[in-house]
Amino acid sequence: MAVNKTSARNMRLMGMLRKEMWQIIRDPSSIAIAFVMPVVLLFMFGYGVSLDAKNIPVGIAVEKADMMTQSLSDSFQQSEFFKPSYYHSIQEAQQALEERKIDGIVWLRSNFSENLQAGKQAPIEIIINGVDSNQANITMGYIQGVWQSWLTLFSNARGIQLSLPVVLEQRVWFNSALNSRLFLVPGVIAVIMTMIGSLLTAMVVAREWERGTMEALMVTPLSMKEMLAGKLIPYFILGMGSMFISVALAVWWFGVPLRGSFWVMVLVSALFMMVSLLIGLLISIVSKNQFVAGQTAIAASFLPAFLLSGFLFDINSMPTFIQGITYLIPARYFVAQLQTLFLAGNVWPVILSNAFALLVMLIVLAFLVSSKSRKTLE
Amino acid sequence: MSKAILTLSQVNKTFDSQDYQVKAIDDMSFAVKTGKVTGLIGPDGAGKTTLMRLACGILTADSGKFEVMGIDVTKEPLQVQSQIGYMPQRFGLYEDLTVQENLDLYADLQNVAKDKRQARYDELMHMTGMSPFTGRLAGKLSGGMKQKLGLACTLIRSPKLLLLDEPTVGVDPVSRRELWEIVYRQVQEQGMSVLLSTAYLDEAERCDEVVLLHEGKLIMQGDPDEFSQGVNGRVFQVRVENSKHRSLQQKLSQNPMVLDALIEGEGVRLVMIEQNEQSVPKAEDLLPDMVKANKKVNIKAVAPRFEDAFIARLKNKQNSKGLSIAEIQVSGSADDEVIRVEDLTRKFGDFTAVDKINFHVKRGEIFGLLGANGAGKSTAFRMLCGLLPVSSGKVAVAGMDLRVATASARRKIGYMAQKFSLYTDLSVKQNLKFFSSAYGLRKEAQQDRIDWALETFELQEYQDTNAGNLPLGYKQRLSFAAALMHEPEILFLDEPTSGVDPLARREFWQRTNALAEMGVTVLVTTHFMDEANYCDYLVIMSKGKILASGTPLDMKNLARTEAQPDPSMEDAFIYLIQEKEQPDGSE
Repeated sequence: MAVNKTSARNMRLMGMLRKEMWQIIRDPSSIAIAFVMPVVLLFMFGYGVSLDAKNIPVGIAVEKADMMTQSLSDSFQQSEFFKPSYYHSIQEAQQALEERKIDGIVWLRSNFSENLQAGKQAPIEIIINGVDSNQANITMGYIQGVWQSWLTLFSNARGIQLSLPVVLEQRVWFNSALNSRLFLVPGVIAVIMTMIGSLLTAMVVAREWERGTMEALMVTPLSMKEMLAGKLIPYFILGMGSMFISVALAVWWFGVPLRGSFWVMVLVSALFMMVSLLIGLLISIVSKNQFVAGQTAIAASFLPAFLLSGFLFDINSMPTFIQGITYLIPARYFVAQLQTLFLAGNVWPVILSNAFALLVMLIVLAFLVSSKSRKTLE
Repeated sequence: MSKAILTLSQVNKTFDSQDYQVKAIDDMSFAVKTGKVTGLIGPDGAGKTTLMRLACGILTADSGKFEVMGIDVTKEPLQVQSQIGYMPQRFGLYEDLTVQENLDLYADLQNVAKDKRQARYDELMHMTGMSPFTGRLAGKLSGGMKQKLGLACTLIRSPKLLLLDEPTVGVDPVSRRELWEIVYRQVQEQGMSVLLSTAYLDEAERCDEVVLLHEGKLIMQGDPDEFSQGVNGRVFQVRVENSKHRSLQQKLSQNPMVLDALIEGEGVRLVMIEQNEQSVPKAEDLLPDMVKANKKVNIKAVAPRFEDAFIARLKNKQNSKGLSIAEIQVSGSADDEVIRVEDLTRKFGDFTAVDKINFHVKRGEIFGLLGANGAGKSTAFRMLCGLLPVSSGKVAVAGMDLRVATASARRKIGYMAQKFSLYTDLSVKQNLKFFSSAYGLRKEAQQDRIDWALETFELQEYQDTNAGNLPLGYKQRLSFAAALMHEPEILFLDEPTSGVDPLARREFWQRTNALAEMGVTVLVTTHFMDEANYCDYLVIMSKGKILASGTPLDMKNLARTEAQPDPSMEDAFIYLIQEKEQPDGSE
């Protein structure tokens, strides 16, 4: 054979790359996974999931209406957090709570104005639906906020000095408007990348097994390394393409600020994309069946990334055992990196330590993939 | 050029299956000659595919030495792989790539120099007759075309050794012939060595040498003629005037001196058991009651064929009992028309799969529907069974349209689907129980039928094995048994012998013959042309139309010429196709 060793290898690799390219172009499913899925998921999470409390339906039970109760009710009415409805007795309000028409009750007893004017403590009572404890805490906090600011206003107007406990002044860093969307979108991108990366490659090796093309490929001089490279390169490009779409949507559509460096983000994304693609490849090589590979890829990448990466549920509040498991979820590191890069900037300790964890995973996975993919049918 | 291209010495290979261990290759030693065409034959599970895969290094032997072109394939698989061409049973064509893109891919993978490619492409495309289709997606090619493209892809680099694993399964006779022409040309022009496995014995007969395997062991190796000589003087043809060949065959096969009886033309071909002194059997010994009835029995010695020797070899191995099948009661006289088809048409969008076909089937007849893949057989078949609505025309089975027939009317029908629709996770017994209860059999009646099925189809040994783990031949038996649980009067069999080895096919036809003798009407589709001999009447379909219809003899007469005084059914088929249609390569 006239061709030397390196150019022979390049020829085989180029052959594989060209083949994968044609398959990607002719098979709309991988294009859809790479370019349609991120858009759909970003919109779903961007709009569907919100951790902000706005327009909380709250009932105000006023037993004896007067100027003061009216003034307090108005404060709730004006707050953007609440959508109050009014009841004349606590029984009516409780019924509404049971029917889930309202999430909480502010109970102003008949002696409310009297006690207040006499300077006595805690003249209002709050009842919250605690089914969703997170939501209950938020609602409670906001009710207290309205109550305290009304109280301050009230006392200033009357020139009375009230003996209030320490007044907290809150200041939130990095997401000063406390808009949960800004915080969620980078996390969603991490979840999307996990899913796309592993789904894209999970299907491709299994497809070769299923269609019987693997057997023919094996009996050519093509080495397993060349085959894997032929699979990784095109899907890496595709995966990065969908990364750029997601980032563009995040910045220009959802208005998430990108405070860190764009190039640092590209770099950490590339690292994470390789980890995801390798997870997909590993699943594909082991399962040899497209259906099983697809299901496994979703179960092994999407679900843990969704639940255990810390983008939606705080890792610190998980049981210790589960916290331990989160260290095995690559998305955990990527979520931390993306949230930092988007909302805080190039915070090197965060970015580098997480990148190191991903790099370790990459090496372990590359080792597993190459040891599992041997040129044999067994 | 007598050096061996492939040498095995004491090679072993075992697979662990769920329920048992399979010795796929059992202490095998032999050599394959360079520059020759060697055929691997044997029933399913003989180890043919495993041997091929060992030779190309994608499986590794447990022990023993396996050398390919002087290289130890266990140690240096890549070195072997860069010099051989291998075409697996399902060749790895990329259906979403065009013909040209597939060729380019395999040229790249096999490191064929760019400047030498075009000439080779032209040559291969010319040989396969695919030059006009290089821009077509491989998935849109017909079965035969796909196979030819697969072969072209393995031949781009002209390998020293070509391995072909059942290259012609499911390929129509015309493409099959072309495929072999290409292979033999490579051998002549390039001195290529070829090792192939096949279930078609006529293909094996044309090889320079054959290797017969059975259950992982080497049974014999040698020249096909030499192989046939083993039954010299034991092969005869029997004809009896005014007697149906089917009942004749049944009588003969029950004779202890007869090893094998096969319907052939208007007579029965016999292979006698091995005896010390071989002589022409006497009519009184073979068919005493026919002689008593003063019928003229004509017995003639004929030259042995490869298939005779193959069957004789394996039947000795398998210590065969005579097949028996219990009586089924069928009412009605033999001349009733049980199936009637008038102007039957089926369209899928613009495509007409079945185009105004007409035929009728009489009671107790075996009626064959023949044709290549995509000819419209299966579509016609599904309409007959009521599985697919007709576009226009009429279908009557036992006087009714099965699409609207009641359950009790459907009880007259038995159906065996192409892919053996069995529950793979249920055992043999559970499958039989399910199918019999689906037809309303209960308690003792059900138990009786299950016992009958296990015995008739020799499934006792496997009764608790899951259907999915059965060898292919047994799957077919179980599937056939399931279709017979409710003693149907009419049987629909869709490609019942597809992918089944010659021995199992023979058994299958013996059972079908026995059923037809009892008056069961059988409608069967097949792409094995030699099986047409078993039919009383047949139609050959192509592109949705009936090309010809008649008895097997009528068909052969069509192709009878001076140059071809004794045409086979396949010759007749090829003649009809070439006469009546212009091939265009598409499905």
